[in-house]
Amino acid sequence: MLKQMYDVVVIGSGPAGLAAAVEAKKQGAEDVLVIERAQELGGILQQCIHNGFGVEIFKEDLPGPAYAQRFIDEVYQLGVEILLDAMVLDLSSGRRIYATSSQSGIVELSARAVVLAMGCRERTRAQIHLPGSRPAGVYTAGTAQRFVNIEGYMPGSRCVVLGSGDIGMIMARRLTFEGAQVERVLEIMPFLTGLMRNYVQCLRDFDIPLQLRHTVSRIVGNNRVEAVEVVQVNENREPIAGTEEVIPCDTLLLSVGLIPENELSRKAGVALDPITGGPYVDERMQTNISGIFAAGNVVHVYDLVDWVTEAAYLAGRSAAHYALEERRRFAGRVRLESGNNVRYVVPHAIDRESLAEADQRLQLRVSEPIEERVSVEVSAGEERIARSVHRYVRPGEMVSIDIPQKAYDTVQRAESLRVSIRSG
Amino acid sequence: MNSKAYDVIIVGAGVVGCMIARFLSRYKLDILLIDKEADLCMGTTASNTAIIHAGYDPVPGSLKAAMNVRGNRMWDTLAAELGIPFERRGDYVVAVGKEELPSLDALYDKGMQNGVPGMLLISGDELRRREPGINPEVSGALWASTGGIADPFAAAVAPAENAVRNGVEVMLETEFQGFLMDGSRVVGIQSSRGELRSRWVVNSAGIYSDAVMHKAGIRPEFKITPRRGEYYVFDRADIAINNVLFPVPTKVSKGILVTTTVHGNTIIGPNAQNIDDKEDRSVTREGLNEVWQGARKLLPQLELKHAIAVFAGLRPAGNAPCATAGVDCKNDYIIEIPDSVSGLVNLGGIESPGLVSAPAIAERVVELLQDAGERLVEKHDWDPIRSPRPRFRELPKEEQKILVHNDPSYGRIVCRCESVTEGEILAEIRAPIPARTYDALKRRTWLGTGRCQGGFDIPRVVEILSRELGLSPLEMSKKGVGSRFLTRPTKEVEADHAEADV
Ligand SMILES: Cc1cc2nc3c(=O)[nH]c(=O)nc-3n(C[C@H](O)[C@H](O)[C@H](O)COP(=O)(O)OP(=O)(O)OC[C@H]3O[C@@H](n4cnc5c(N)ncnc54)[C@H](O)[C@@H]3O)c2cc1C
Ligand SMILES: Cc1cc2nc3c(=O)[nH]c(=O)nc-3n(C[C@H](O)[C@H](O)[C@H](O)COP(=O)(O)OP(=O)(O)OC[C@H]3O[C@@H](n4cnc5c(N)ncnc54)[C@H](O)[C@@H]3O)c2cc1C
Repeated sequence: MLKQMYDVVVIGSGPAGLAAAVEAKKQGAEDVLVIERAQELGGILQQCIHNGFGVEIFKEDLPGPAYAQRFIDEVYQLGVEILLDAMVLDLSSGRRIYATSSQSGIVELSARAVVLAMGCRERTRAQIHLPGSRPAGVYTAGTAQRFVNIEGYMPGSRCVVLGSGDIGMIMARRLTFEGAQVERVLEIMPFLTGLMRNYVQCLRDFDIPLQLRHTVSRIVGNNRVEAVEVVQVNENREPIAGTEEVIPCDTLLLSVGLIPENELSRKAGVALDPITGGPYVDERMQTNISGIFAAGNVVHVYDLVDWVTEAAYLAGRSAAHYALEERRRFAGRVRLESGNNVRYVVPHAIDRESLAEADQRLQLRVSEPIEERVSVEVSAGEERIARSVHRYVRPGEMVSIDIPQKAYDTVQRAESLRVSIRSG
Repeated sequence: MNSKAYDVIIVGAGVVGCMIARFLSRYKLDILLIDKEADLCMGTTASNTAIIHAGYDPVPGSLKAAMNVRGNRMWDTLAAELGIPFERRGDYVVAVGKEELPSLDALYDKGMQNGVPGMLLISGDELRRREPGINPEVSGALWASTGGIADPFAAAVAPAENAVRNGVEVMLETEFQGFLMDGSRVVGIQSSRGELRSRWVVNSAGIYSDAVMHKAGIRPEFKITPRRGEYYVFDRADIAINNVLFPVPTKVSKGILVTTTVHGNTIIGPNAQNIDDKEDRSVTREGLNEVWQGARKLLPQLELKHAIAVFAGLRPAGNAPCATAGVDCKNDYIIEIPDSVSGLVNLGGIESPGLVSAPAIAERVVELLQDAGERLVEKHDWDPIRSPRPRFRELPKEEQKILVHNDPSYGRIVCRCESVTEGEILAEIRAPIPARTYDALKRRTWLGTGRCQGGFDIPRVVEILSRELGLSPLEMSKKGVGSRFLTRPTKEVEADHAEADV
């Protein structure tokens, strides 16, 4: 029987939602509820049957469902309440929740704190303005992944993959295992957008060609895909006339980016960062609406699930503290700015007092790849307060850097902090 | 082989064929409506701007002008009876810069001649007040209060369902191939399902209406040139335009406009390009670019990143001169019973404003039959009403609760962006004209039309469809023959099956 009021309600039960619920409970929140629209817990991990999860947190290389299972077991042990097959349709800034489900009907309840953990969705054909006909056989890589790994059906037999995102590369390998012919993977950018690890393990090891600076210029076929026309692009990503090539195929998979899923957040008045597509968050993962926290791919798209879990622990802890009204002395925030070659930084701001308690972790993505020794620096005006050295930086791979506690005094005086990439 | 003899066979189930079926269903006639596709409404009716034009655009004196203005007046009653989403919100023709102002006067005059009520010329300031995002260089606008928007899919599905309710038969995946003639009299058709006999055949084959009439030897000089129009659709959450905004028209078309659908999405388009292939509804880079530039002229602040879909439609542009002497219209509608062939109701060139005009065309067909001596006797139990099925997303919360309480399948969301529920999908699969493909469900429920474009719902819909139809998921298709989603089971599943068989 559902209650009318919960300490913490978590929306979404992917790795982010599960970890947030676990941590909220451990921090003393009594009534914790997870609402999930699917018929089982685990989020997108349930269809990620490949390995590669948990290396950082469990020091083990697990398939997605096994990683999720550890948290699923834990939420049940801790007595977190679960509402499955229920989709949250409305959320107010006062944390009133409106959900619909086939088993419990329409559900309305309130929460002292909310954790948004709705994950992300895939960019589609229209968002990249792909010309041509509109036949069957054009799928986002994640949809194809669901068909193959959950439903047990092949979406096609001869495929071209557009975009070098991780899901696309993983699906190129998966379809090859299943006996489909993957003609090639095309990437419009001059660099890989997914993880190098996936390029090596999914494409190179299977002799699937990757063509950088190439895109699909036309889809051919009225009922089912019959071919795609491929073209080389110039530095402005415009097609170069005369380089067109027609590749016969019956399937086009799109792996052209993920967008945090924040339609619900908007309803509650949560402000979104146009670059990440996710909410502005502070170092406790709180959004601009007090009592509403966010974690996982709903904030920005992660490439490793381990970091999702880590961020979600933080969000769950913060939500529990908020619900229990253990609010910390508020010392005002200092903004984090994106400097040279930094596309975005999360969190967007940190509380000045937060360094009194712990080092503060920042996560960022670069705009351009640099394949040589570089340093990532955080500075307050002229003063450098953190630095880490990397062998390379790539847009496809998230970078973390900690602001140490010893920067406390500097941060008290700072107007803003700036994160930049420097050579050497 | 169907041995039944019909009174009327209607060839083509676009909005025109469906409306004719519905208007004729009032009379004691055995009627068959056929279409070559797997669903109704897969031709031009599936991809257009969906505006219920006021009628100031067509050449005065043309059949087009007459049908437009008469059709426009019918929409309130029609939409209410058939449960077609329709909003009479008015439309604007927008002049940018002083040099475009005279065009507004010309349109106003044309509208007066066509008998369009409720027009008004307004100032640039007034339009800027009503639509703040509009180009600041707007100099004035023509406001037509009788303009509107409708759901084009429902405009075909609803009358067809109502026709079925009143006894009309529908046969899909049935292609017209030729006429059965007795001398100069049509006595039926040759179809992909064999011979079908009838006393009357109605040619409402849209873009193929020229080919159909040529089979009867009628109007050999009549030719339809497909004229493609392309569009962008925008995310409701990012852009909300409240008005229908036309630019001043060009010679070939009404220009690239900005409008909203009954569903709340802003759409921009169409451009106009003549092509050869009547099946080629693909979008092109150049075409989309043209649409984009055109729309920016009206709304400079549009952002392309909020586009969630693109599509194209083919205008069935004809070349029939207006039958009335002295009217300078070279591409008028054909709505006739030709002298040389009896038993044929011949339509052709029903391009825009064909959606608005469809009910008027249907009434005109009834009149033509009466004029030809057909004794039309009304059924005493004819039911003009077709109630729309519930749309979860559009209901107030209190009504959602009741709906889900009474049928829990309405509580399960299948399309997350548009909040389409399993209950709605089941209702369409069990409807009088069952939806059997993904696109058929899409057109009826708007599932898959949001920002994820089916990425989330396709696997779920395939599962529901195959369960309901009792067929393998492998047989489920996007739009009928040749468009299946899946090719075979995965190896693991195949192995399981093999084991189970042993
Ligand atoms: C295809 C793919 C492959 C990946 N491969 C790897 C890998 O090899 N190694 C690795 O470390 N990481 C990998 N990742 C990344 C990692 O899996 C994701 O970063 C992680 O799953 C994100 O977790 P999340 O909880 O934020 O989102 P999700 O797992 O997407 O969970 C979101 C949940 O919220 C639910 N939800 C959304 N909206 C609502 C609502 N309104 N009401 C109720 N419920 C709602 C959804 O149903 C879903 O269950 C991969 C990701 C993908 C997509
Ligand atoms: C870009 C564009 C914008 C438009 N905007 C508007 C607007 O805003 N307002 C407006 O009023 N009108 C508009 N129109 C016009 C309107 O869409 C058409 O006039 C209307 O849809 C025509 O309907 P129809 O039933 O005649 O044709 P269709 O919908 O094309 O129906 C014809 C049917 O015949 C079937 N058929 C063809 N050949 C055969 C055969 N051999 N055997 C069996 N079946 C066959 C086809 O499958 C099809 O279903 C627009 C059109 C376009 C292209």
